[in-house]
Amino acid sequence: MTSEKNKVIKAVKQVRGGVSVSHHKNTADCEVVRMPNPEKVILPMQQHIGAPCTPTVAVGDKVGIGQLIGDSDKFVSAPIHASISGTVTAIGNIKLPNGNLTQAVTIESDGENRLWEGLEKPVINSKDDFIKAVRTSGLVGLGGAGFPSFIKLSFKPEQNIDTLVVNAAECEPYITVDYRECLDNSWDILSSIDVLSSYFGFKNVVIAVEDNKPEAFKVLSSVAGAGVGKKSKVSLMTLKSKYPQGAEKMMVQSATGRKVPPGKLPADVGCVVMNVGSVAFLSRYMKTGKPLVTRSLTVDGSAIAKPMNVRTPVGTNIGEIIEFCGGFKEDPCKIILGGPMMGQALVSTNHPTCKQNNAILAFAKDDTVLKPERDCIRCGRCAQVCPMSLMPTLITRYTKAKDVESLKQAGINVCMECGSCAFACPAGKPLVQHMRLAKALVREADKK
Amino acid sequence: MISAKPAEEKMLTVSASPHVRSSTTSVRLMLDVIISLCPALIASVIIFGIRALAVTAVTVVSCVLSEYLCRKIMKRSNTIGDLSAIVTGMLLAFNLPSTIPFWIAALGGAVAIVVVKQMFGGIGQNFVNPAITARIILLVSFASAMSDWPVPRQGIFNFGVDAVTGATPLAVMSGSDGEMPSLLNMFLGVRGGCLGETCALALIIGGIYLIARKVISPAVPLSFIGTVAIIMLIAEKGSFSALAYQILSGGLLLGAIFMATDYATSPISFKGKIIFGIGCGIITCLIRIFGSYPEGVSFSIIIMNILVPHIEKLTTPKPFGTPKKEKKVKEAQT
Repeated sequence: MTSEKNKVIKAVKQVRGGVSVSHHKNTADCEVVRMPNPEKVILPMQQHIGAPCTPTVAVGDKVGIGQLIGDSDKFVSAPIHASISGTVTAIGNIKLPNGNLTQAVTIESDGENRLWEGLEKPVINSKDDFIKAVRTSGLVGLGGAGFPSFIKLSFKPEQNIDTLVVNAAECEPYITVDYRECLDNSWDILSSIDVLSSYFGFKNVVIAVEDNKPEAFKVLSSVAGAGVGKKSKVSLMTLKSKYPQGAEKMMVQSATGRKVPPGKLPADVGCVVMNVGSVAFLSRYMKTGKPLVTRSLTVDGSAIAKPMNVRTPVGTNIGEIIEFCGGFKEDPCKIILGGPMMGQALVSTNHPTCKQNNAILAFAKDDTVLKPERDCIRCGRCAQVCPMSLMPTLITRYTKAKDVESLKQAGINVCMECGSCAFACPAGKPLVQHMRLAKALVREADKK
Repeated sequence: MISAKPAEEKMLTVSASPHVRSSTTSVRLMLDVIISLCPALIASVIIFGIRALAVTAVTVVSCVLSEYLCRKIMKRSNTIGDLSAIVTGMLLAFNLPSTIPFWIAALGGAVAIVVVKQMFGGIGQNFVNPAITARIILLVSFASAMSDWPVPRQGIFNFGVDAVTGATPLAVMSGSDGEMPSLLNMFLGVRGGCLGETCALALIIGGIYLIARKVISPAVPLSFIGTVAIIMLIAEKGSFSALAYQILSGGLLLGAIFMATDYATSPISFKGKIIFGIGCGIITCLIRIFGSYPEGVSFSIIIMNILVPHIEKLTTPKPFGTPKKEKKVKEAQT
């Protein structure tokens, strides 16, 4: 009976565009190693899309693991919890890797690794309890964007949400933490899906995996076959491995054939998309009540001595994590927080990690040389590969002309900065940079 | 500011994502076009003699030199390294008879690069194909030298400019005196014509190479040639051999595979490419059937080049998820 309910499907609709990038999943066989708790963590109050949190602790306070240290009364936000036990030693501004200033709470460890006494298993009797629990857990989208997860679930009945897509595509090169989640915590994933379905009544649940991860597929289907996840109709969807297959809008289209209109969310076409790591975390949270205070990261790249997957408390210094992975074997020339397609290049390793980070990549000089920039030859590759059907070459022209009206018409705000255009460009144009400039122009014009 | 671990690493490179790039480069694309033109170049030497190679060398040198000097005078960066001037030079030569005086060939190269390409801003900015425009300018300016078609097989080392000349198959079809070559000779290129346009076999090999290397999309060549085929089949009252002559003669294959697919002067979207190809096909047929010139490929391409901005405007794809009608959105939600 279960085999009837758990079916294997192909993508309903092939998504447009995209590029083939070398996968470099070097750490696929590395089980996640728990890094010992550091002596100090710095917890930025902005680890999500939305309003920053305000610290709820003061300098000198003793905190335990999982204790609330920052929260906001704005809707779009997610609370932040202490990731080690110890004393709050400072509250002040720090610079995030993207250059924004934000408040941060520094905790110095007491070495006890003591859980906060106030931790409780969430009591859930209704859908609203569940959403509240997700908010309390501090969960944000672990795929990289960091959108507060409880908002995804706070949809209205009239939105007719029928499909949950669990995103295990992990189309960015190098990163393997979602893959490890599938292999090591498949039971968590499927039992979490059961709970989600029972509260939200999803008619379909689709777990999407790229076809370059057959092992993940095998493990998930065997667990599903054993009966876990049988309360919901779970289907396993194989996707052609192509970047950016794992983008939210692409996921929705692959799983249901529906297209999310510009400026809208998956919920507007009846879907909820959640990262596989987020789903697995929920199951653990429901059992223990321990909020999101640790994070798995892939540490890889040609300059890293011992590439591996590590689990670290949120707020651990990036330099310390690299040291834990054997340090650098070559002089690093570029260090990226996230994947090579969408990640942020760091000015220094002296930054704390955030909840939504999923990789630290360090590259030696030879791997950071980009092709020289030449004039556009109008070959149209950028438009061919754009999953959002945009024309990056035209947008670049409009940006140069500061033509805001044309930029809006060209759909600049649909651009998700996946980087496919710049990847494909034979003239080596930094097209994502151009897209960001265009967006900034539009934002500025809208302010006036 | 909270003091964190002191930074001691060296300066890191910071740039906008993505941090990896594909291996395709403009130079590699141009090199691929040059490679794809080589079979036709070799064929032209076999068919028309070593002078075909000499003409090609003259136009290539003229194009590269013009580009170098022009950029220098305009105080712009040197771009001969992108190889596009070589492509233009080769294509221009392919559109000239092998008997052309060298100075006319050299002038053509200069016109293509200076007037058509660099004056409009260089690579990617020209609105018409440089090689075709130069050919048309030469055709209008030096009508007799430009339609002085050598008869093939005079031996590879024939340098004579006063070679025996005759009418091209298309001219014969339009009523000029002359003998039609066999279909096999047409396919192999043993016929009168511009030096690079005659050998269908070599051009098709080049085209397949470009499509296989994903340098060009087959949309333009197929829609162009397909349109000509359909119209000519009707015009020739269903005669397939006449149709084959139409396809293999003139510069149709050269134009459809190598000139109409020029990045700068053809539409970017798939739909646009199809419209462009069909338009080229229709105009070519109109000129061949009704025009006073026997050949219309160059004119058709240049006319469609000019229409590209309009085609582009009509065929720009809508951003992902843009609702076509209100109804569709509602359907998607239910």
